[in-house]
Amino acid sequence: MVNLKINGQKISVAEGTTIMEAARKVGVEIPHLCYLKEINEIGACRVCIVELAGHNKMVTACNTVCQEGMEVLTNSPRVRRNRKINVELILSDHQSNCTSCIRSGNCTLQDIANNLGVFSSEYENVADLFRWDNKLPLIKDATKCVKCMRCIQICDKVQTMNVWDLRSSGYRTVVGTTKNIEFNESDCTLCGQCITHCPVGALTERDDRGILNDALANPDVIKVAQIAPAVRTAWGQDIGLNDVQATTGKLVHALKMIGVDYVFDTNYSADLTIMEEGSEFLERLSHREDYRWPMFTSCCPGWLRFVKTQYPELIPNLSTAKSPQQMFGAMAKTYIADNLGLDPKKVFSISIMPCVCKKYERSAEAVNSSGCGSDVDLVLTTRELDRFIRADAIAAQNLREASFDDIFGEGSGAAVIFGTTGGVMEAALRSAYFLVTGENPQPDAFSEVRGIKGWKEATFDLAGTKLRVAVVNGLGNTRRLIEALKRGDVEYDFVEVMACPGGCVGGGGQPFRDGIEAAEARGKKLYGLDVNNPIRFSHENTAVQRTYQEFLGEPLSHKAHELLHTDLSKWDLKMTDMDK
Amino acid sequence: MNRLFIKSEDAIQKTVEGLNKDLERRIIASPPGQCPVDLTASFLRLCHSQSCGKCAPCRVGLGQLQIIIDGILNMDSESSMEDLTLLEKTAEAISATADCAIGAEAAQMVLRGIRGYREDFESHIKNHCCTDSLNDRTEPVPCVAMCPAGVDVPGYVALVRAGRYDDAVKLIRKDNPFPTVCALICEHPCELRCRRTLIDAPINIRGLKRFAVDHCGDVPVPKKMDKTGKKIAVIGGGPSGLSAAYFLSIMGHDVTIFEKRDKLGGMLRYGIPSYRLPRERLQWDIDAILSTGIEVKRNYDVSTPEAIAEIRDNYDATYISIGSHNAKDIGIPGEYAKGVIPAVEMLRGIGDDAMPDFNGKAVIVIGGGNVAMDVARTAKRLGASDVSIVYRRRRIDMTALPDEVDGAVAEGCNLLQLMAPSWIETNKKGEVQALWVKPQIAGKADRSGRPKPVDASSEEHKLRCDIIISAIGQATDIQFFEEYGIPVFRGNIQAGRSSVVDNVKGTYAGGDCVTGPSTVIKAIGAGKVAAANIDEYLGFHHVIDTDVDIPLPDPSDNLPCGRAELKERYAKHRENDFEEVEQGMTLEEALQEASRCLRCDYHGFGSFRGGRNTEW
Repeated sequence: MVNLKINGQKISVAEGTTIMEAARKVGVEIPHLCYLKEINEIGACRVCIVELAGHNKMVTACNTVCQEGMEVLTNSPRVRRNRKINVELILSDHQSNCTSCIRSGNCTLQDIANNLGVFSSEYENVADLFRWDNKLPLIKDATKCVKCMRCIQICDKVQTMNVWDLRSSGYRTVVGTTKNIEFNESDCTLCGQCITHCPVGALTERDDRGILNDALANPDVIKVAQIAPAVRTAWGQDIGLNDVQATTGKLVHALKMIGVDYVFDTNYSADLTIMEEGSEFLERLSHREDYRWPMFTSCCPGWLRFVKTQYPELIPNLSTAKSPQQMFGAMAKTYIADNLGLDPKKVFSISIMPCVCKKYERSAEAVNSSGCGSDVDLVLTTRELDRFIRADAIAAQNLREASFDDIFGEGSGAAVIFGTTGGVMEAALRSAYFLVTGENPQPDAFSEVRGIKGWKEATFDLAGTKLRVAVVNGLGNTRRLIEALKRGDVEYDFVEVMACPGGCVGGGGQPFRDGIEAAEARGKKLYGLDVNNPIRFSHENTAVQRTYQEFLGEPLSHKAHELLHTDLSKWDLKMTDMDK
Repeated sequence: MNRLFIKSEDAIQKTVEGLNKDLERRIIASPPGQCPVDLTASFLRLCHSQSCGKCAPCRVGLGQLQIIIDGILNMDSESSMEDLTLLEKTAEAISATADCAIGAEAAQMVLRGIRGYREDFESHIKNHCCTDSLNDRTEPVPCVAMCPAGVDVPGYVALVRAGRYDDAVKLIRKDNPFPTVCALICEHPCELRCRRTLIDAPINIRGLKRFAVDHCGDVPVPKKMDKTGKKIAVIGGGPSGLSAAYFLSIMGHDVTIFEKRDKLGGMLRYGIPSYRLPRERLQWDIDAILSTGIEVKRNYDVSTPEAIAEIRDNYDATYISIGSHNAKDIGIPGEYAKGVIPAVEMLRGIGDDAMPDFNGKAVIVIGGGNVAMDVARTAKRLGASDVSIVYRRRRIDMTALPDEVDGAVAEGCNLLQLMAPSWIETNKKGEVQALWVKPQIAGKADRSGRPKPVDASSEEHKLRCDIIISAIGQATDIQFFEEYGIPVFRGNIQAGRSSVVDNVKGTYAGGDCVTGPSTVIKAIGAGKVAAANIDEYLGFHHVIDTDVDIPLPDPSDNLPCGRAELKERYAKHRENDFEEVEQGMTLEEALQEASRCLRCDYHGFGSFRGGRNTEW
């Protein structure tokens, strides 16, 4: 233990504790901007400077380790003066368009500047300009970038993609792409983790709300929306609803108030995905030697982009089943339209997703199979939806419980856990067990794959067949798993991959707050929805059953293949959506 | 009324002079990865501030150059190749028409920039950023970046400060198996860009390394990894070969060194006198290297193409590190007279304990490199009555380290600058009687920037002497390797930055035999590179690392503080023996010196991009 004083308070902390952490223990919060626990402790912004008794030079609290006998002052007159100047300097290199900034109200720099009372500055603004193609799903605005380096660190350390790097030096230092590659040609998976860890408005998703408004203005098109499972865990956050208040019913109502004609649930197509992917897995198992092992899930487009640039040799290992978003899109313009008596050409298919990469997925030309243009016409992230609700001044307290429209609002508990790491695996195993044995397992029989851990593995007995499964979330963990597979250190039959840490609940399109990793709590919320759902198995979803009876025949049928499966080798990685 | 006044500096001038000195040091300690175009613009601004304002090209032109470069650099303005043309054209005009050097040299600097890194100017015009290669800041710590072997300098400096000398040696050995040798004789390129220079002077890194090896105990080498069954031949047991052998052996390979001479060490033994590198200190490093389980075939001369073929047939990979040991001809009449000795031959003999007798003899050494200083000081110790070093350029042009030149002078060697050897006079028995030299003047700069010596109009001088030692460089014995089919380039073996020898499968080369005579740390670095790449070539990816944890830095105000220099034995005491000349720091000095380290591994760019390569 190390003994020190912080603002006169005596404290003992474990060796290796930083001043920032030690101060928190005695209730002292030290303002900080670039700091991101364990990911970015580099003292770049110099906002968390503190004074040490006996030293003239100030140190940064985020990466200075406590030493015996230290006397730390976090708010001395010198600290106040210098901290404020550093914030003013950062502001002078930042385009402070707070009134029209996407991050206004959720901006670390804005908070710090307001709290320190920086209401004017003597410094000339020198924010650098930058070129960016604003058609890309991910937008970088360098005029707002404060060079905190978080995006670089998240991408390097957590996702191991090294997309961002520091370019040039001195006054003209900017965060650009590694090796100066055009962003469109980079290996970026569009996971969006850099966006959700940016402290300011320098990184955002492309805002497509205008497209929705244009569709709403067109009386000839029928607006059909789907809502992904993870959205319901987070959508209330940016409109002032707490976890208990932000029910799925109110979310449906909000979309109705906006003017969407039909609101359905991606859970319906998640159940379809399980039927197809589960059947595909059993088919592969029964012809083991004809396939490459292990089989990987394929519903995460960030993961698909990762495979295509990092390990293209693994494409045959991916399930050919489309993601729930794309299955829904394909059905929306075929069976669902038929069912509702709509002209499929008039259906405008909207997808509300926790994900930035889904904007790319819908634009990949090879994914479409309905024959009516794009199967999914528009993807809005949870954050964009919240912005739409706020812009419409829909008062949260006026939202009522509304039901999804019949019949494609039905989803099982197995489907809703798709939004969290381990959920797809668990849902698939629940139905695979049924498909093999003809009996349902205990719904929670496969709960071993739950939890926030980056790399989980389990072995299950499937009617006498030993199944070795693994679940990874985060692309760094994914890379470790693949490298271990290649070395022969591990062997699996089925692997679930989600690109974002914690799965879609922690997706790049979700609302976020600086310093809070919300994925774990959101995942638990999904498990709560699962256990309270009267239907726990995808194969028991009556809408899914009807879909097969009336339309698809059976899983892996010719028609199912045509509409619900895709050849990933044909997917183009181009990020820009040319038809929009 | 007074008519004249004594010139004196006022307070402002004094401060400006101080800042000029700060700036000089700052430029010396320039960090890697700077934008050269930005640097040009910055220098230009300084140059412009020096303009007196009299002449238009300098007063206005330098400012216009800066506006053009700023335009190229700025993100918010478009620029084109025409801007670069305008820049070049204007700089040429200023260079040609400015009245004094302040304007002309500033414009010249811009021109050199345009010619030297045009692609970076173009990249800024087209992509609004530097060329990718210039932004490579993978080694953010200057001392580590400058060390050819990438030794973790801040790491071992911190360990010395903590009194953990064994750990310091362990850490050094992760990248360099010659901690003692480098502590005693390394040219310490690590100190060149030391960031401490911004405050006062670079850290005495070699001195601190010396403190670690002077105070460590027995430090066992890392455990050998699982046997791979692969056999590797190392031809030449000098610093490069021994380094490669050390790492390859730890990686689990079976390594055999083929050494032409009786003892290992190469130039460390057969080139460097023991008063600089005592033999037992060298042996300590070699013993540690051999303790990894390396086989050594001594007195094994690989001197036929067949011998090379046989080695390649019997081993899975080969590393050629034969050094550069052949003497070069002086090229003047009389050079084969009795009493003319090539320096390499003399030092080689001494390495095998064959001491020549120079008692009472007048010795002349030709050359200005470290070898020239070594043989001059050795001759003094061997009893020479008079030792003169003849060099055709000036003292400041010498390639020898300044400390070595100072040492030679202190021990009583005469330095004859600007004297070009002309011919050697002999007696009837063919023995040396005198060296005739032609006085030189330091003329215009050559391509390397050093003034070229040219014949002065004065008469030749006669320098009476009994012995002439030529120390004018060495050549590599490439004959048999070339006959075998190993590619050669300018008298050396040709190998790339990966030390791969093209077209000869599984063959690598490094050290002096590739670079020509160079420093020991470069040879060690090449051995490390070869070890990694041979391991990869054989299908492995063994990782060399260490479990030594590095102490965190203490908060420090980094106030200016003196650099601890190493002391030497009194010249009159040392000039007659071969005992070590240099003395290590005291504990007091070492602690203060180590605490001067700014810990760039932890502060600045190092804290962002990782200040430490913990493995390779």
